[in-house]
Amino acid sequence: MATKLPKTDVVIVGVGWGGGIIASELTKGGLSVVGLERGKERKTEDYYMVHDELRYALRYEMFQDLSRETITFRGNEKIKALPMRSYGSFLLGDGLGGSGVHWNGQTFRFLPYDFEIKSKTIERYGKSKIPDGMTIQDWGITYDKLEPYFNKFEKMTGISGDENPLGGKRSEKYPTPPMKTTPGMKMFSDSCKGLNYHPYHMPSANLSEQYTNPDGIARAACQYCGYCERFGCEYGAKADPVVTVIPVAKNTGKFELRTHSNVRRILHKGGKATGVLYIDTTTGEEYEQPADIVVMTSYVFNNTRLLLMSNIGKPYDPKTGTGVIGRNYAYQVLKGAGVGFFEDKEFNIFAGAGSLGMCIDDFNGDNFDHKDLKFIHGANISYSQTGARPIQNNTVPPGTPTWGKDYKAATVKYANRHINVGAQGSCMPFRHHFLDLDPTYKDEFGDPLMRITFDFEDQDRELVKFMGAKCGDILKQMGADKVVSNTELAPYEITTYQSTHNTGGVVMGSSPDTSAVNNYLQMWDTENLFVIGASAFAHNSGYNPTGTMGALSYRAAEGIHKYHKNPGSLV
Amino acid sequence: MANETEEQDLKDHREPDHSRRNFLKNSGYAVGGLIVGGVVGSLLRSPNKSTTNNNNGNTTEKAPANEAVNFNQALMHFTQEQFLIMEAATERIFPADDNGPGAKELGVAYFIDHQLAGEWGLNGREYMQGPFFKGETTQGYQGRLKRREIFDIGLQEMQNYSNKKFQKKFKDLTPEQQDTVLKAFETDEVKLTTISASGFFKTIFGSTMEGAYADPLYGGNGNMGGWKLKNFPGNQMSYTKIIEQDKFEKMQPVSLREHLPHS
Repeated sequence: MATKLPKTDVVIVGVGWGGGIIASELTKGGLSVVGLERGKERKTEDYYMVHDELRYALRYEMFQDLSRETITFRGNEKIKALPMRSYGSFLLGDGLGGSGVHWNGQTFRFLPYDFEIKSKTIERYGKSKIPDGMTIQDWGITYDKLEPYFNKFEKMTGISGDENPLGGKRSEKYPTPPMKTTPGMKMFSDSCKGLNYHPYHMPSANLSEQYTNPDGIARAACQYCGYCERFGCEYGAKADPVVTVIPVAKNTGKFELRTHSNVRRILHKGGKATGVLYIDTTTGEEYEQPADIVVMTSYVFNNTRLLLMSNIGKPYDPKTGTGVIGRNYAYQVLKGAGVGFFEDKEFNIFAGAGSLGMCIDDFNGDNFDHKDLKFIHGANISYSQTGARPIQNNTVPPGTPTWGKDYKAATVKYANRHINVGAQGSCMPFRHHFLDLDPTYKDEFGDPLMRITFDFEDQDRELVKFMGAKCGDILKQMGADKVVSNTELAPYEITTYQSTHNTGGVVMGSSPDTSAVNNYLQMWDTENLFVIGASAFAHNSGYNPTGTMGALSYRAAEGIHKYHKNPGSLV
Repeated sequence: MANETEEQDLKDHREPDHSRRNFLKNSGYAVGGLIVGGVVGSLLRSPNKSTTNNNNGNTTEKAPANEAVNFNQALMHFTQEQFLIMEAATERIFPADDNGPGAKELGVAYFIDHQLAGEWGLNGREYMQGPFFKGETTQGYQGRLKRREIFDIGLQEMQNYSNKKFQKKFKDLTPEQQDTVLKAFETDEVKLTTISASGFFKTIFGSTMEGAYADPLYGGNGNMGGWKLKNFPGNQMSYTKIIEQDKFEKMQPVSLREHLPHS
């Protein structure tokens, strides 16, 4: 029997960016918050030995232990989903700060087009532009309405950047100037200017200079050490929840953080959430934590899975296209890319930062004419210098043997003589891409695993063909001696790393028929339950998701305050 | 099982290749006055420490007579026979050449042995629950065997194939013959029932690269020789001074060992 604990105002499930922002905003506003985090506590001092590529990048030190819980995957409904037994396509965060610790810090705002994608696509190209089965929808909010929350997130994290010439309108400049410009970035920038594109510095959560945020949190400048993605930052220069919002919440005295606390069910009665059931993973004991408001802030998969396991919201049914929980799962389309080899030039690419780069949005969103193209949306195209670490840095020209003397010689020769330009392609939702509970495979507690049904579509293949060619053009203009572009997209597979930008499952919108949450991320049918994360994205844009996810978190925090004062639907 | 040759092979291995080390030592130069940034750096590296640390691993240079015995070079998992196959195979995948050391000198086979002895060898943090089905390639590895078991089977199969094709053990084949065997595994020309030959080759290849380039704390990348090949500076605290510069910066690499005080 679960031990029932004293009631709190708010309980949050998962303490990463979403949970951290909610905890800090609500506790500052006087609410008592209990934060349940299934992983361990984290602190900057953990990273004395962080410059260890094997441990962190290849043995997945920071990530969820898959022996306890994983996901299952199939390309379509005709085949049996099987468990992701080891890591590949994406990396699931774990522990305090969640994925907000091991990220690169590339912090974009989705485009105005994204939030009204369906209306704007029809407006410009007509209904027939949207292919059969593509379930894009407006998000129930506009960019302008979300702008103040983007601003808030950027100030809290101290984003370093200069204005995107083709982005949505900004009310304020970035809080800190752009990161330093490396020779490769300058070459990319010059090349893009030569092609009449609009390059700008990749907005970065790795601080360009020391910065004190509005909460009074001071952080040091980035040292360009080259260990961001898959690593924690030993300087606290990279914004993460542990060095920003969590200490702010703790300082209020209103935040109680419980690590090793794995939530298994959202409890509810009569259309209201009453609390959560969780297990203390150090003792195996079960607890019930009652609360007036429940906020789900775990990753995409667990937000969706917990709702389905708790029988909250109508599960999505791909046969009828009805139901909402598990709907519009999307990802990122990344294979449109190019690499340039330089015979006589060596770059200091061992140095870098997660969000050190230049990029363009000339082929993102609807910034270019799609009339004669067989896809919608697009990609942010960038050169980023994130730190070329030696185990994984083995880019060689095609035709090089795959091992042995010549392979070794080529990897050594080109280790510092190549530049990658890549397109971060958007990913549109389709009726037959969804999340549901796996009928066969279980986690360590015997609960069903999340099942992903997903594959790439013609839309994605066309996008990759287009973007790969653009990346190649830029590299040629950069003066590479040999340029190799990838314009092919094979079926989606789970074994090679692509991106930890999984989205959807608990999407937002303006109608309960096609969305699970409203534009405050409040559940339509359980009004004291908020579900925060990229799970709310109705599609995925051609950008990293964290900036938009952070903005939505701030908006949700405001909504929760409103709800606490005046219960009921916020829209 | 170790016969005389195997014992000799193992003994050879314990003798460091001084000429190679001397050839390789300090081909780059240290960056003077590299700023150690941040709280962590200043706590961990006192200035006088970093001076001596620049010679870390290159002890032959200073005091060859007192060269420390590398107690790490012993086996936790492999049998001697397995080790010698592994050492020969990794050397073909990553051979010594004009650029610098190969897998044998870097200690790659020891690295793989040590990795197999621990969590990685036992797939400790991977989902190994049944039921097991043969999946699509897009779904990844779906076998029930753990890496240790795969290596045990794979190395035995390499030995069997060598004996069948060339009537010799893998380690006694000519380099060209060893390549033929590896190629046969890489392309699935070898038909195996229990494991995938090409999957096994990929695993050996991947762990060879790891052993060549991981921090030397894991037993490979001996003397940071892997890093020196690629002019990778290892574990530096800050590149603020060089991040914008056009000229390529060669530095003496630094390993994680320097992040702990050693009396």
